[in-house]
Amino acid sequence: MRSIDADLDTLPKLLIRNAAAIGKRPAIRHKDLGIWQTWTWREMLEEVRAFSVGLAELGLERGDKFSIVGSNRPRLYWAICAGQALGAVPVPAYADAVAEEMAYILAHSEATLAVVEDQEQVDKIIAISDRLPHLGRLIYDEPRGLKDYDHTRLIAFEDVQRIGRNKLASDPQCLRRWEAGVADGKGSDLAIILYTSGTTGRSKGVMLTYQNVIVTARNANAFDRLGQREEVVAYLPIAWIGDHIFSYVQSYAAGYCVNCPETPDTVIDDRREIGTTYAFAPPRVYENLLTLTMVRMADAGRLKRKLFDFFLGVARRWGEQILDGEKVPLRARVLYAIGDLLVYGPLKNRFGLSRVRVAYTAGEAIGPEIFRFYRGLGLNLKQLYGQTEASVYISAQPDGEIDRETVGKPSPEVEIKISESGEVLFRSPGVFIGYYKDPEKTAEVRTPDGWVHTGDAGFIDPKTGQLKIIDRAKDVGRLKDGTLFAPKYIENKLKFYPNIREAVALGAGRDFVCVMVNIDLTAVGSWAERNNVVYGSYQELAGNPLVYAMIAQHIDELNRSLAEEPAMAGAQIRRFLVLHKELDPDDGELTRTQKIRRGFIAERYAPLVDALYSGATAADVSTQVTFEDGHKGMITARVAIRDMQPHAAPAQIGRAA
Amino acid sequence: MRAPSSHELAVGEVLLAVEDVSLSFGGVRALSEVSFNIRKGEIRAIIGPNGAGKTSMLNVVNGFYQPQSGRIVFKGETRSQMRPYAAAQGGIARTFQNLALFRGMTTLDNIMAGRTLKMKRGFFWQLIRHGPALQEEIEHRRRVEEIIDFLEIASIRRTQVGRLPYGLQKRVELGRALAMEPDLLLLDEPMAGMNLEEKEDMSRFIIDVNQQYGTTIALIEHDIGVVMDLSDRVVVLDYGRRIADGTPDEVRRDKNVIRAYLGEPHGVSA
Repeated sequence: MRSIDADLDTLPKLLIRNAAAIGKRPAIRHKDLGIWQTWTWREMLEEVRAFSVGLAELGLERGDKFSIVGSNRPRLYWAICAGQALGAVPVPAYADAVAEEMAYILAHSEATLAVVEDQEQVDKIIAISDRLPHLGRLIYDEPRGLKDYDHTRLIAFEDVQRIGRNKLASDPQCLRRWEAGVADGKGSDLAIILYTSGTTGRSKGVMLTYQNVIVTARNANAFDRLGQREEVVAYLPIAWIGDHIFSYVQSYAAGYCVNCPETPDTVIDDRREIGTTYAFAPPRVYENLLTLTMVRMADAGRLKRKLFDFFLGVARRWGEQILDGEKVPLRARVLYAIGDLLVYGPLKNRFGLSRVRVAYTAGEAIGPEIFRFYRGLGLNLKQLYGQTEASVYISAQPDGEIDRETVGKPSPEVEIKISESGEVLFRSPGVFIGYYKDPEKTAEVRTPDGWVHTGDAGFIDPKTGQLKIIDRAKDVGRLKDGTLFAPKYIENKLKFYPNIREAVALGAGRDFVCVMVNIDLTAVGSWAERNNVVYGSYQELAGNPLVYAMIAQHIDELNRSLAEEPAMAGAQIRRFLVLHKELDPDDGELTRTQKIRRGFIAERYAPLVDALYSGATAADVSTQVTFEDGHKGMITARVAIRDMQPHAAPAQIGRAA
Repeated sequence: MRAPSSHELAVGEVLLAVEDVSLSFGGVRALSEVSFNIRKGEIRAIIGPNGAGKTSMLNVVNGFYQPQSGRIVFKGETRSQMRPYAAAQGGIARTFQNLALFRGMTTLDNIMAGRTLKMKRGFFWQLIRHGPALQEEIEHRRRVEEIIDFLEIASIRRTQVGRLPYGLQKRVELGRALAMEPDLLLLDEPMAGMNLEEKEDMSRFIIDVNQQYGTTIALIEHDIGVVMDLSDRVVVLDYGRRIADGTPDEVRRDKNVIRAYLGEPHGVSA
C-alpha cells in the first residue's frame, strides 16, 4: 500500500496545503441569485476555519459525532471539513429522509450537533428531538422562516462563523491552537460515518478513515489523470459515498473545483453553464436525460425528427468504434462528423456534457441501450463498480477498454476474487474499518484477512478480463423448473423503454415470470396528450387500457429478445400489471438511492402477486402511502392483469433431423 | 399552527380603513355599508360564500371600482377617488382570481414587469441601456432574483409563463406583486384550483412574505381551513354585508357565520 505523507493525511491538512499551493484557484462555486459565486482555496480555508473555531466555541470536541443534513451547498461541505479539523466525526444524513429514518441515524450515531440546510430540516429534527438525548445545537444555513423560532438551541451558520472570527481576532493564540489541532489528526483516524441506505433492513453506519478515503481518491485521480482544472457539479446526496469521494475528497486531493447547483431542479442548466469535465451519475440520471430527449423529439417537427433518427442510426452503428479509435470506413467518418455538427454536439451541449472528458455511471447496472446511446454520441462514458464499504472504487473501466456488460478491471491497489458460490469479494486500502456499533455485522461482511463480501453475484469475463456483475447474489434465483431467473436483468431491459420508469420482476420458485410495472409520467403523459387520452391522476393513467396495450407491446418485444438467448428463453414474461402508484422511497419501496426493494414490494403488494399467479384478471389492493410531510393516507385501486404469449425459442442449429 | 409570537406585537396601527362603503351595479347591491380595517403587519382574510362581494371589496380597495358612498382611509389619507395606477404607486399590489400574467413572456420578465413603477430612468435612458440605466437595471434584477429565490422558482426563470402549470403561474403572479415591494398586498383567492400540496406551499409562502418582508396582506379565500390557520383576523361578508369580524376562533363560533355557510334562508337573521 502506498503510504501518504503525514502532513497530507487528513482533509483539513489538504485544505491548508491547497490554500498555500493553489490559493488563488477556484475551490467551490455556488449559484445564488442567478449568479455563480466563487470561493478560492484561500477564501475557503478562511470560511472553514472561522466555522471550525465557532464550532469549538460551541463545545464540539475531538471524537464527537455531528450530523449534516441538506442539499449540496458550499456551507455544508465546509461544515464537514470544519468538524474534521477539530477531530470530530461528520455523519451526513439524506436530506429527503423521513423523520423516522433521520431519528434512527441521529440517535444511533449519538450526534451532539447538527448542521442543516433550512427550515424544513429544522422542523424535522425538532419533531424528533425527544428521541435524541445527545443532540444539542442546531445550526442552519438558510434563515428563511426561522425568525420566530426559539433560538436557545438554534443558531445561524454565519453567527457561528462570527463567533469563530471574533475569537480568532481577540485571542492571538487561537489560530496556532487550531492549526495544532489539525496537525494532531492522523490518517488512521475515523474520518466519517456514512449510513448506507441498504436494500434490506436498517441502515448501517460505515466507518471510514482518512487513509481509506484519501488513498482511494488519489488512486482514482491518477487513474483518470484528474488535475486542478477539472470542473464537477455536486448534485448527488451529500450522504452518499459517491458524492463524498467525488465532490469532496477527490477535489481536495486534486485541487479541482466543485460547483453547487442553484436548486436541485436546475442541475441540467447549471451543468451547461459550468461545462463539467468529469461527471459521475447513477444510471437513472442518464435514463432521465434520454427520456426527456425522446419526449421532446416526439414533439419536434418532421424534418428535425428525420435528421435525429438518421444520425442516431449513424451514431449507433459507428459512434463507439470512432470513440475507441478503431478503424472505420471514410464514409462513416464523414457522416459522423456531419452528425456531430447537426445533432450530437447540440445534444451534448443541451445536457451540459460538451466538455466532459470522463463520465462514469455507477450505483446500479445501466441498460446496455442507454450506455450505447451516450457512447455513440461521443461521450466517454465508463462503468464503475463500487460500494460504501470500499470508499467507492472496486473496479473501473480504463479508457478505450469499454464493454457494455462489464464494470471494469480492479481499480489501483484493489484485489478481486470470486467465491465458490459466485459472490464477488474484494480487498483494498479503501476497505472500511467496520460498521458503527455493530461488530457482528462487520464480521459477517469482512473476513479477518480483510476480504469484503459485496453481496453481488458476478464473474470475471474471460473475453475482456473485466468483472461482470449479474445481480444481487441473493436475488438470482430459479423458476420451479430450474430455469435461471435474474430479475434485475429483466427489469433493466424493461426500463430502457421511456414509458417504463420502474419494473419489478417476480418468479423465483414460481412457475413463470411476472412483472409489475411503473409507467413514466413524463413520457406516458406526453403520449396521452398527443393521443387525446384524458386522465386526472397517475392512477387513472396507469389503469388506462391503451396504456396497458402499449406496455404489452414493449413486453412482447422483450420476450422476443429473451427467446433468442438460450439461457433466458424460459424466463419470458407471462403476465404483467401496471401499478396504480409510483414506487417511492418515502413508502420504503425504493432505497434513498432509488433502487427497488423487491422483497418489500412483493410483501406490500401481496394481493397483486397472488392474483398474478392465481390467473385472476384483476385484483383489489389498498396501500398506505406517506406524504412528504410525514402524513399517512390510503390508496385503494382495482388493478388489471394481462396475459402474454411467450415466443418460441428459435430452432437450434444442428438439432435438425 | 402558528404560535403567537413577536409577530402579534408587530401588528399595530391601522394601515387601511374601509368605512361604510356601499357599491351597486344598477339595481344589484354588491356591498352595503361595509366597514373594517387592516392593521399594519397582519394577515387579514375576507371570506364569505359565493357572491358575497369579496372580490368587489378588493376591487374597491385598489381603486378598480368607485363606491357610491363611504370612504377609504389609506395610510391616514382619505380617498374619494382612486385609480389602480395611483393605488399601485401608493403601495398596494394585488394578484387576481383568474391570473393576469403576460403569458408569452418568461417568469423573469413577468416579475421584472412588477418593477416598472420603481424604474427611475426614462424611456430613452432605457433604450440606450448604458451607464445609470444599466446600473439601475442590475439593481432591479438583483431584487427580482431575490424574489425568485424566495419563491423557489429558479428552475423556471427562463420558461414562458403560458407553459407553466397553474400552481406555478400563481406563484409567478405573487412574485410580480412582491416585486412592487408593496405596503399592502391583496391576494384574490391565491389557492383557488390548487391541490393540497400546492396549497400548503402557497400558505408557507404567504406566511414567509408576511414575516420576512413584514408585508401586510389581505386575502380572499374559499378554503376556510386554510384561512383559519393563516390569518390573524377574519372579516366575513354575506350578500354584501359584513356579518362578522374577529379572530379566526371568534369567527368560527359566530352564529351568523355558521348560518351563512350552512345556507339557511336569508332574511330570518336575528
